[in-house]
Amino acid sequence: MQTLNAILTIAFRDLIKLLRDRARILMGLIFPGIFIGVLGTSLQQNLGGNLGYNFLEFVFIGVLAQTLFQSTAGGIISLIEDRQNDFAQEMFIAPISRYSILLGKIVGETLVSFVQIIGVLGIGIVLGIPLNWFDLLKLLPFIFLVSVFGGAFGVMVISRMQDQRSANQIFPFLLFPQFFLAGVFNPIQNLPLPLLIASRISPMTYAVDLLRAVYYFGKPEYAKTVLFSPVLDLAVTVGLTTIFLVVGTFLFVRNERNK
Amino acid sequence: MTDATHPHIIEVSDLRMRYKKATEDSVKGVSFYVEEGAFFSLLGPNGAGKTTTISILTTLLAQTSGSVTIGGYDVVKQPGEVRQQIGVIFQNPSLDLNLTAEENIRFHANLYHLYPYSPTYGLMPAAYKKKVGELAEVLGLSKDMHKPVKSLSGGMKRKLEIIRSLMHQPKVLFLDEPTTGLDPISRQNLWEYLQNIRKAQDITIFLTTHYLEEAEGSDYICIIDDGRIVAQGSPTHIKQSLIQEYVLVDAKDRKALDAELKKHKFAFTGEGPFKIDIGKKSAQEVIQLIKAPLTALDIHIPTLEDAYVEIIKENHANT
Repeated sequence: MQTLNAILTIAFRDLIKLLRDRARILMGLIFPGIFIGVLGTSLQQNLGGNLGYNFLEFVFIGVLAQTLFQSTAGGIISLIEDRQNDFAQEMFIAPISRYSILLGKIVGETLVSFVQIIGVLGIGIVLGIPLNWFDLLKLLPFIFLVSVFGGAFGVMVISRMQDQRSANQIFPFLLFPQFFLAGVFNPIQNLPLPLLIASRISPMTYAVDLLRAVYYFGKPEYAKTVLFSPVLDLAVTVGLTTIFLVVGTFLFVRNERNK
Repeated sequence: MTDATHPHIIEVSDLRMRYKKATEDSVKGVSFYVEEGAFFSLLGPNGAGKTTTISILTTLLAQTSGSVTIGGYDVVKQPGEVRQQIGVIFQNPSLDLNLTAEENIRFHANLYHLYPYSPTYGLMPAAYKKKVGELAEVLGLSKDMHKPVKSLSGGMKRKLEIIRSLMHQPKVLFLDEPTTGLDPISRQNLWEYLQNIRKAQDITIFLTTHYLEEAEGSDYICIIDDGRIVAQGSPTHIKQSLIQEYVLVDAKDRKALDAELKKHKFAFTGEGPFKIDIGKKSAQEVIQLIKAPLTALDIHIPTLEDAYVEIIKENHANT
């Protein structure tokens, strides 16, 4: 009970902070706005004619997955920021385990990512993307999974990181290439070998493909838009989430006390 | 601390700490204890190992060897129980500046499971609201309780932290240089407030500070330097063992004064001003014997700071 209380307390702090941080909400809209609105629209207009599927819809689902993954992963980094400005100590001396702190952060950032995708949905509606609402509803449990996946990835990244500066430097480097390798807004059916390898080891690839596999399941576009079977995507996502969480949490807790 | 009737709330035995990648220990075998309800001060220069020690005692850092218990619980094996017993005011404020004062307090109260979690103040139980109302009054913050913490003054923030750390009624309050960066009035204010808390609740205080006058009121003092304890005892004991009281005098006619001092067989140094070691006599007795008209007179009663400076200097000279 105490643990649950603590997890909720830590989680809602992140949500409250987001709702007060207009700049962050706006930033959360700018990326999807550029990807879907500018990149998606221009590619659809110029190259989309003979693709055999609606390119904007394809990009939209990709951006949805990417936003969830990135928002949660990025949010976890704020734990480093908390440590930098000493707020983390308030959590670390409380009679709760380090595991509850990390879990609270992940739950909180998952909630934050849900708020962020409301904006993404808004962009989709404004641009008139032919979205099937029933299909989107089907995505819900997987949306949650992708968020937690991003959180686990974030935990893994921060587990060995000491300060905000290195976090700020390394994080975009780990995240940005994944946008392209995961095929968020570029089809990656055919890739030269080095890129293929990089794409297959990039965790976001499976998050993006999972949402697309579920969304396009049973549709004629399925073969052209989805890379792997939904079962494989799900297995990789759940498997990596578990590994990242277990290893990342272990390292984080160990490094926190043994300096 | 010879009174055996008070149980030891903190016991530290042969504590050693070596940071990763460090070539020597930061804390080199420190042992001490603190009695329940005492005001204990850990003093020492920068880099002496104070913050390392306090981090280990508050379960933030794992020691290399040695044992530490707080309220009978081991800091390594039972960190949860230890954390329940302690409140900590860190060197740097650990408030969330983007939250309001009330939200910071609510965060703490919820983490310690004093009240079930609610996302808004309005939904919190009446008992909590009453408590916050009382705290706000004590702080003089009634109007600003729902304003972001960043709009509060430094002294106010510190008080807010202290109030927050006392919400779960800890048995030991750790204060790691609590008044650094505060102006003299805020400092005095904060100490008055802390003294009131000590009177009201039977709380043990563990202080580290660079302002030696803040430690004058301690029951017991440990001075560490370079990871080792170099002196310990009550402030009076520490002062007595090191520095003696002296009287500093000067006169226009220094020759006459010098002759007079020699006549009375005072132990003194200097050729004007003269520093007279009064030994077992009182300053009054010494001054009464001097007939030469004085131009300067200073009865020096050593402060803890004098003792501290002497101890540290001596320790550095020896090593």
